[in-house]
Amino acid sequence: MRSLIDKCCDECKHSKETPCSDYVICRLEGPICHSDQVCAARRRELLVRAVPQPGFGWRKVLVCGGLTCGSAGAFGLLHVFRGEMERQGLGEEVSVALSGCMGFCEQGPIVIIEPDKTFYRRVTAEDVADIVSTHLKDNQLVDRLLYRDPQTDAVCPTYSEIPFYRSQMKIVLEHCGFINPEDIGDYIAAGGYRALTKALTGMSPEEVLSEVKKSGLRGRGGAGFPTGRKWETARKATGKQRYVICNADEGDPGAFMDRAVLEGNPHSVLEGMLLCAYTVGSSEGYIYVRAEYPLAVQRLRIAIEQAERCGLLGENILNCGLDFNLHINEGAGAFVCGESTALMASIEGNRGVPRIKVPRSTEKGLYRQPTVLNNVETFANIPKIITNGGEWYASIGTERSKGTKIFALSGKVRNTGLVEVPMGISLRKLIFDIGGGIKGGRQFKALQIGGPSGGSLPEDMLELAIDYESLTGAGAMMGSGSIVVMDEDNCMVNMARYFLNFTERESCGKCTPCREGTTRMLETLERISRGEGSLGDIPFLEYLGGVIKTTSFCGLGTSAPNPVLTTMSYFRSEYLRHINDKRCPAGECVALRQFVIVTEKCTGCGACSFVCPAKAITGKKKKPYRIDQDGCIKCARCYEVCKPKAILRR
Amino acid sequence: MINTREITVQEGSTILQAARKAGIYIPTLCEDPELTPWGGCRLCIVEVRGAKNLPASCITPVRQGMVVETESPAVRHARRTLIELLLANHPEDCLACERTGECVLQDMAYHYGVRRTSFAGKRRSYEIENGNPFIVRDMNKCIICGLCVRVCSEIAGLSIIDFTNRGFNTKITPAMDLPLEKSDCVFCGNCVAVCPVGALAEKPIWGQGRRWEVKKVRTVCPYCGTGCSFDLNVKENRVIGVSSTTEAAVNGRWLCVKGRFGFGFIHHRERLQMPLIRSPYLFSKVTWDRAIDVAVGKFKAIKSKYGPEAIGILASARCTNEENYLLNKFARAVIGTNNIDHCARL
Amino acid sequence: MNKNAAPAVEDPNLILIIDRYRGRPEQLITALLAVQRYCGYLPENVMRALAKELRVPFSKVYGVATFYSQFRLRPRGRHLVSVCLGTACQVRGGERIYRILKREFGVRLGGTTSDNRYTLETVSCVGACSMAPVVVIDEDHHGRLTPEKALRMIKKYE
Repeated sequence: MRSLIDKCCDECKHSKETPCSDYVICRLEGPICHSDQVCAARRRELLVRAVPQPGFGWRKVLVCGGLTCGSAGAFGLLHVFRGEMERQGLGEEVSVALSGCMGFCEQGPIVIIEPDKTFYRRVTAEDVADIVSTHLKDNQLVDRLLYRDPQTDAVCPTYSEIPFYRSQMKIVLEHCGFINPEDIGDYIAAGGYRALTKALTGMSPEEVLSEVKKSGLRGRGGAGFPTGRKWETARKATGKQRYVICNADEGDPGAFMDRAVLEGNPHSVLEGMLLCAYTVGSSEGYIYVRAEYPLAVQRLRIAIEQAERCGLLGENILNCGLDFNLHINEGAGAFVCGESTALMASIEGNRGVPRIKVPRSTEKGLYRQPTVLNNVETFANIPKIITNGGEWYASIGTERSKGTKIFALSGKVRNTGLVEVPMGISLRKLIFDIGGGIKGGRQFKALQIGGPSGGSLPEDMLELAIDYESLTGAGAMMGSGSIVVMDEDNCMVNMARYFLNFTERESCGKCTPCREGTTRMLETLERISRGEGSLGDIPFLEYLGGVIKTTSFCGLGTSAPNPVLTTMSYFRSEYLRHINDKRCPAGECVALRQFVIVTEKCTGCGACSFVCPAKAITGKKKKPYRIDQDGCIKCARCYEVCKPKAILRR
Repeated sequence: MINTREITVQEGSTILQAARKAGIYIPTLCEDPELTPWGGCRLCIVEVRGAKNLPASCITPVRQGMVVETESPAVRHARRTLIELLLANHPEDCLACERTGECVLQDMAYHYGVRRTSFAGKRRSYEIENGNPFIVRDMNKCIICGLCVRVCSEIAGLSIIDFTNRGFNTKITPAMDLPLEKSDCVFCGNCVAVCPVGALAEKPIWGQGRRWEVKKVRTVCPYCGTGCSFDLNVKENRVIGVSSTTEAAVNGRWLCVKGRFGFGFIHHRERLQMPLIRSPYLFSKVTWDRAIDVAVGKFKAIKSKYGPEAIGILASARCTNEENYLLNKFARAVIGTNNIDHCARL
Repeated sequence: MNKNAAPAVEDPNLILIIDRYRGRPEQLITALLAVQRYCGYLPENVMRALAKELRVPFSKVYGVATFYSQFRLRPRGRHLVSVCLGTACQVRGGERIYRILKREFGVRLGGTTSDNRYTLETVSCVGACSMAPVVVIDEDHHGRLTPEKALRMIKKYE
């Protein structure tokens, strides 16, 4: 028995072909079918090695393998740790593993040591020797790598003391970052596949459905359709085959929660899909992942392969008669494929163009068969609901939006990363308490929630309690939960232009309003941001946006005008400044800004001239420089490097 | 209930079908009763009480008690906007456009009083494709309704053309954006028959006459025994083109390349207008009676000299069943030979 | 293989790819991705062969290939430089980096430098928002870039 998932001795008869319904429980509490002290001891040892508990002596170094930490050097750290531990003579009481995203991307690369809960930040290869000798050998903390609360300057030796984590409530992300996503044993040790076992051995599909309905869980992909109702319709629908599809085509710019779950805890999604398959009576499933997420695809492949090997996917799962095969479908770069019918068209090998929704895809979906389509986060919630009961889940959140939601914080917020909070939390708490406020002490201006389908909300909306209805009411949308924070240096006209540019490019071209209308809206916004707008443009955008909203074929079109309409209603004065004064108050609209050197302040250091990519700044050392406005490409590099702040942006 | 009128239709009907049954006009561009529904042009939007948006009537099924308005202010306003959006990306070529007078987009603009578009901006600019003898393709006029794509796959079964690119750059083309003559197109022209605008036009008729100058004469195709019928477009006593019609019992609007484009023989100067008899070196014109007499005489002479088995008869594929039957009778009963065959067997 | 020459359909590796999906029209996108992974782009002759073997109209193969932004119909340079223009990258100056790289390479969107070294593309969001602005070169994600850092970074890719 080299790992937890292996058989303890020849007494264990579990295999793919001869599955044992006690397989998962046996791994946690076993052996069950025979009593053998050696087997039991070995099982316990493997368990605490996978998920270390205080007092057992086993320790685990978790190196964050999320994309941000990985790109910042975390992938390399793994080998450095192994080498260093060998060099310093540490035995197998300490193991090292690459985990999924720990959420606090701003501080990466992150290293966590369990069971001590130590959180080391910005770890480089040079720090590894120190961690090994000081922490792992001498049981002392490496102070300089610990996180300090920027508000109080208090040192946080464990992650549970860090404000970023303290205010969160992790259900979906509970194990994300704390287990090795490439080892099914870790997931099982952390309680994974227990919900599946519970359902398959002790619950009827109706009972599972009833728990999901009781939980009040709503689709986390954006529209917020009640998951239980969706499953129920598909269960009742007739067809030759029923399909379960996981939408992992996370395309909203600014959203990366699904990526984190797939890369950090892929088995939780698999388990959620299995429970769905059991409930609706499906034997075929697909995960549609965007091709831009190669690591997620790779981890999913590993997860599926391991689950198949353990008999948790395939035929007669856990000897309970459930057959379920899972396929991965890679997307090929089309935002519209996040739309359910377009996604199904894409799985069938077609252009990702939305299809007619009558009858609904729960009745006639993929290959015209009953289909349940949920997104990654929705499926990842299911095992927890089955384990703890629907009522437990329904006790979290607000009246109509239950449970927790993961938000991806990015933009000008100090703590960028992933946060999971109960529904109903205020935007202010999310941005300022967990997110740590605005970077560089700048002024908060707006947040864009819900990506290109959502809207921008101003400061006086920050008290809004987040749920599906409140956000829609404010003209925004939950979307997948991306939140991009903007400060005073961000221009709202530019923001609207950016999102419209995105939807215009991603429009599939099927329906007239979206295909032609978004182009015309974009052209108008571009005129405004070039200072060529007229006062009539504002009612024009409102009128055209209104028509696109009410007449488009699919959700991409009906929500495309949202960023424009919300910025126009909450930040109208900015539009007026662009139109009337030909000025961009935030200085972001390239055509409307100018950089000039204040002669009195210029020290003649030449730094600006050196960095100018357009060679538009000339002058002699120690004499004031000047900018050639015709050659200037307005990249702002000079503005950023000027030490005496002699360059004016206007 | 549509426009305060109570209407009862079969379950599963769409709002559009119900309205049509009741004689209520709803404009459409991408809808065709003989093709699968698409729902893309959005011109057929209607207001349904209680619905958040304006659904497309061609793909929205009726429900018991549904209250629909087809010309409410919101609907008219949205329709006008959609027409303007289409016109903003469509050449202002109605004066010389082949489709003028029969163009659905033009009719709609007239119906809703849209004189010009209020959307200035970029337009597509593709070369007009004129390299084959049958179909002229001006993709600048295309409104991306997709009828041609559906005809090509569902009726012709060929799928020569499909949507390519996406969004504003969507264009309907053969593979690799090659001209039609470099694809496997058979030029049945059924795509032209369904095109609601001037994007696809029959080349022979191009510039030959306005739609209202043309007299339509229903006839049966002379090419084969299928018996397709269509309308000859006659201007000043000359056939300038063929248009198919839904009223054709056998074939509806669908024709093949011969029926749709193969009418050039009608006014061809080498076309035989009366029987000719060849004396050793020269053809001389004769009357039908004389020609038949000569033929009868020769048949009789051969039969009496060499017997009926010396005569063989080959029927043409252009014969109808009835003609073939008569020919069969003629061979076996009149001549007395079993030597009869049909060229379609080859 | 040489990533720029049009591959022969007789290439045994390509035949293997095509064999895997023969007669399965629903696998078109997967097959195109596999071909592109191998050839670097989608050559016309291979698309034609795929159409025949998967039993999909050639026009549809082309329609699908032009619909999805991942597919390229022309060969690309040795290194693919994708500038992320996701929201977060946008607010942290991604567009500026794109403009500067465009200028540096002297190409338009999707273009390849004359020495065949770089192909410049943009991507909507790579989901690495916390390290914005991001440029992905081949498979490496480079974050927290400034125009200078970006210019230095690309020099490392020969």
